[in-house]
Amino acid sequence: MAEPQRARPKPTPETQHFWDGAKAGELRLQRCDACAHVYFPPRPFCPSCASRKVSIFKASGKGFLYSYVINHRPAAPGFTPPYAIAVVELDEGPRMMSNIIDCPQTPEALELDMKLEVAFQELDDKITLPVFRPAKG
Amino acid sequence: MRRNQVAVVGAAETTELGVIPNASQLQLHADAALNAIADAGLKLSDIDGFATAVETPQQVCHYLGIKPTWVDGTSVGGCSFMLHVRHAAAAIEAGLCKTVLITHAESGKSMIGKLPRSTPADSLNGQFEAPYGVYGPPSMFPIPVLRFMKTYGITHEQLASVAVVQREWAAKNPRAMMKDPITVTDVLNSRMIAYPFRLLQCCLVTDGGGALILTSADRARDFPRRPVYIMGTGESVETPMVSQMETFNSSRAFKTAGPLAFKEAGIAHKDVDHLMIYDAFAHLPLFGLGDLGFMPYEETGQFIADGNTRPGAKLPLNTNGGGLSYMHSGMYGMYALQESVRQMRGIAPAQVPNAKISVCHGVGGMFAASGTIVFTNER
Repeated sequence: MAEPQRARPKPTPETQHFWDGAKAGELRLQRCDACAHVYFPPRPFCPSCASRKVSIFKASGKGFLYSYVINHRPAAPGFTPPYAIAVVELDEGPRMMSNIIDCPQTPEALELDMKLEVAFQELDDKITLPVFRPAKG
Repeated sequence: MRRNQVAVVGAAETTELGVIPNASQLQLHADAALNAIADAGLKLSDIDGFATAVETPQQVCHYLGIKPTWVDGTSVGGCSFMLHVRHAAAAIEAGLCKTVLITHAESGKSMIGKLPRSTPADSLNGQFEAPYGVYGPPSMFPIPVLRFMKTYGITHEQLASVAVVQREWAAKNPRAMMKDPITVTDVLNSRMIAYPFRLLQCCLVTDGGGALILTSADRARDFPRRPVYIMGTGESVETPMVSQMETFNSSRAFKTAGPLAFKEAGIAHKDVDHLMIYDAFAHLPLFGLGDLGFMPYEETGQFIADGNTRPGAKLPLNTNGGGLSYMHSGMYGMYALQESVRQMRGIAPAQVPNAKISVCHGVGGMFAASGTIVFTNER
């Protein structure tokens, strides 16, 4: 029997650019051409001023650890507990849920406000998932 | 909305609470509804307005044999019933219906006839949260806690004390699931669920239901029970994704709904005799005390740890034992409303002496939605 799999995202027309970016090793955000608001998750208009003139750009991939839990039970399919479910605040402003790799999944190692940088995990030939690790240097 | 124009004239929970292996979720709706109708001294044919959540109004109305001229299927999570009360009060005032029945039931533990909850892979939650290992409310709802603690200097011991104090209330309630006293040490030694929260800081999972009947205040005088008036109401929603809240230092939905209800009721915090803050997890009372403006967020943890919300203290909070110790079927808002009504009728197992104003504050999803009702027993 196959191992239970981690939940796979299924892109929509509005989010396809984000997943194409992740596959290409880029974290893509959107910025409003009218009011300069940077936002996430993807949508083809600005949730701040409602302008439909928005641009996709490559984000720096840098941010900090805003908050997290270390999940023990029940564990999601494809995860071995304990594992951290984190929210990262990006330097550009938006926050996103993620996992923290290359770091012990402990309260001691996972310090709030620690600097993070994006990394990419290939789940299959369609989906690559942005995750974060402690920033180097 | 004008205050005290509509009243609760019927209120009841399911005959049993806890583990109910001999009834489907739909039957639990009916059991609660029939109990509330009996409580109000009405017949089913008197009901002309109906509201429920998760189950559809058509499902429950057909099962009960109700022929409504006004329905509300607002389903925004566990506070849906606070929103139903607000909407029903507006509908009654507008003359759209005269007598509204609101039902909740959930076979949360026994899972009989319970509708599936799923997150489609192409929804925003399915794309941007599910792949990171969220799996049920315990893995999501506590995500803001560490940030809240750091911002305001809240301690693990203070968050543990929420469960301890609510167990004190539950001990006075024969229908509470968990009645044995616990200590802060017990809480901090209970099984880890999702750090920073342990088992005793997470709500119960039970079966049950409840129902309310509302009518105009003028008609309410002719009913057998003491009327409980709707003094003020508020509601809002923020986001279905906990990661996308504006901040983890407060809840925007709480900060909208709560103050709206206080303003409509025309009350100040010192006027509140009894308070319910939906406690799916131990941090919610702290968010609630801060977001509703009872005190600065920095003081919320110490306020509870110091015993200010326990039996006999100045701000009785979650007096049925709450979602942590009384019951939690999955959508607890109805049970918080039931306890506020009991307190206003003067018949609660842990009755607050001479309570005249009760504030009942609910959450839906993971801070996704909120509803607040201010009740009074004086018109």
